[in-house]
Amino acid sequence: MNFTNLFKIALRALGNNKFRGFLTMLGIIIGVASVITMLAIGQGSKQSIQSEISEMGSNMIMIHPGNMERGGVRQEASSMQTLKLADYQSIVDKSSYISACSPSVNSSGQFIYGANNYPSTMYGMSEEYMEIRKIAVKEGDMFTEQDILSSAKVCLVGKTVTDNLFADGENPIGKVIRFNKIPFKIIGTLVPKGYNSMGQDQDNLVLAPYTTVQKRVLAIAYIQSIYASAITEGMTEKATEEITEILRSNHKLKETDEDDFSIRSQEELSSMLTSTTDMMTILLACIAGISLLVGGIGIMNIMYVSVTERTREIGLRMSVGARGIDILAQFLIEAILISITGGLIGVVIGISSSFFVNAVLSWPVYIQPYSVILSFAVCTITGIFFGWYPAKKASELDPIDAIRYE
Amino acid sequence: MEKPIIQLDNIQRDFIVGSETVHALRGVSFSIFPGEFVTIMGSSGSGKSTLLNTLGCLDTPSAGEYYLDGYSVRQMGKNERARLRNNKIGFVFQSYNLLPKTNALENVELPLMYNARVSAKFRKEKALQALNDVGLSDRVYHKSNQMSGGQQQRVAIARALVNDPVLILADEATGNLDTRTSVEILVLFQKLHKAGRTIIFVTHNPEIATYSSRNIVLKDGRIIEDIYNQQIESAQKALDLLPALND
Ligand SMILES: Nc1ncnc2c1ncn2[C@@H]1O[C@H](COP(=O)(O)OP(=O)(O)OP(=O)(O)O)[C@@H](O)[C@H]1O
Ligand SMILES: [Mg+2]
Repeated sequence: MNFTNLFKIALRALGNNKFRGFLTMLGIIIGVASVITMLAIGQGSKQSIQSEISEMGSNMIMIHPGNMERGGVRQEASSMQTLKLADYQSIVDKSSYISACSPSVNSSGQFIYGANNYPSTMYGMSEEYMEIRKIAVKEGDMFTEQDILSSAKVCLVGKTVTDNLFADGENPIGKVIRFNKIPFKIIGTLVPKGYNSMGQDQDNLVLAPYTTVQKRVLAIAYIQSIYASAITEGMTEKATEEITEILRSNHKLKETDEDDFSIRSQEELSSMLTSTTDMMTILLACIAGISLLVGGIGIMNIMYVSVTERTREIGLRMSVGARGIDILAQFLIEAILISITGGLIGVVIGISSSFFVNAVLSWPVYIQPYSVILSFAVCTITGIFFGWYPAKKASELDPIDAIRYE
Repeated sequence: MEKPIIQLDNIQRDFIVGSETVHALRGVSFSIFPGEFVTIMGSSGSGKSTLLNTLGCLDTPSAGEYYLDGYSVRQMGKNERARLRNNKIGFVFQSYNLLPKTNALENVELPLMYNARVSAKFRKEKALQALNDVGLSDRVYHKSNQMSGGQQQRVAIARALVNDPVLILADEATGNLDTRTSVEILVLFQKLHKAGRTIIFVTHNPEIATYSSRNIVLKDGRIIEDIYNQQIESAQKALDLLPALND
């Protein structure tokens, strides 16, 4: 049988029932469009988390006291004080894979300026913290080594804090704010970073010398954590091992003792987050896949009904010489044409609605070429799969019965 | 002597409905030669349609031999019979059976669509020629629902002609039409007959038998009469005698 003719026959038959064809297509259109949009949203959030992490410094290493790996059971308070300034000093002195290192202590509370107050967190750190966390000074100056040595009562403020404490246009630099009843002089402001993908305001912070926070605010001898940067991302693991060695020997731990600190690298965090978003993507894809399946069943339903409805037509075609296989091919081509056309429209709608989601809801989206190809392939296969049964049924009709069918 | 187009040899056709067997044809034998215009008559249920379906290779006999143009149909498979229908037979049905929402040209082209050896150009030429033969050159792009019953039946006849069949089969082809239109259709069949076509025409109307060259009468699945018509009436004359339409 001549394929061109069968194609023409199917096309003519479809042309005679445009509205029915469109209704059949609708399921496929919605299915494909939702698969593409869902995957775009999933992939988009994954990518934005990844880029955020690399913005935060993909080579960042965080050292916390206590062993967090023990089944999530929190260690008692005393063991949380295992990190000392001496540890920080040893890391700075001995490590060869570290480009920057800073101790960190923080305290949350109310910041007061004049009649205004605002809750925020004061982070005590050294200068290198800026490099590790990729924070930059916008106006004013960073505090100096001298400020650290003297536990100076100076600070740098993030945008959210200045916005809430100072009236419009008031220059915060040089002003004195109070935290924990201690006056801090603002010597600089920070470049705003906005919200991260977990919805945290990255500008709601105040930076001060770690000595100041340790002695004047918290009155503690230990430090809460140490931040470091490996020289390159690839050295993160080596740096982690090295720091482990340094800290174990500092803390005089025996072979059999467990670490009394924990080290996490940004790398770990990033793989954890991406696996979460991957799961979300899979979930979204499943939902969308189900709608594609429903679309396929729609095709089957309409094709099935139309076999009954078109029984006389089938009988006539057979009486003028169509073989069973010609009828089968015609119905199958109709189903495939419907699903391919629906698929194409679905791709267009899916891509535009992804951009729409991005523009209106400002969710990050990323359309992966494979998701387009995949959903398109799936809908074509759906068409063949669900078109097959009704087509087979049509081809097996008896010509006389069919032409006499009322 | 000329070879028969159709040779039936004791054809039987039984239908089994539940526990009963209906003997629709109980041993029918005859031969039809090229150029014959045969009408088949008989009361309702006498087996006319069953016989025609058998002749048209839509149905296979339960017993007996059927040779169409020399080929034994009884031994043929489904696909072979489909090809035979496509190449050798033209069907005209009582209810026209045109494709809905499809124009006359595409309807007439249909049999040739299932013949891979026919090119698109030739197909269109043949279809236009067939439409011209039935006097519908001016209705080529009319859809089936935009035509009268008579015009639709003409399209169906054009469709039956388009593949140059050795045999044209009509099952009560004028059954749905008024007297005048029926006679017009008969004029057309007589024209085809004059052009040398072989036609088998099932009808209830005894008048139609006067326009044919031979009349076979069935009763209860048997032939009870088979008469050659020595004096074929002209349908054209009958048409001229009909009162003119006053519109
Ligand atoms: N598919 C079938 N199944 C069972 N019985 C059938 C079938 N087709 C025809 N018959 C029976 O065969 C007999 C002949 O039927 P057929 O249709 O050939 O009659 P007919 O001469 O064409 O009648 P009419 O003039 O009313 O069209 C009838 O008794 C009918 O009931
Ligand atoms: Mg009948």
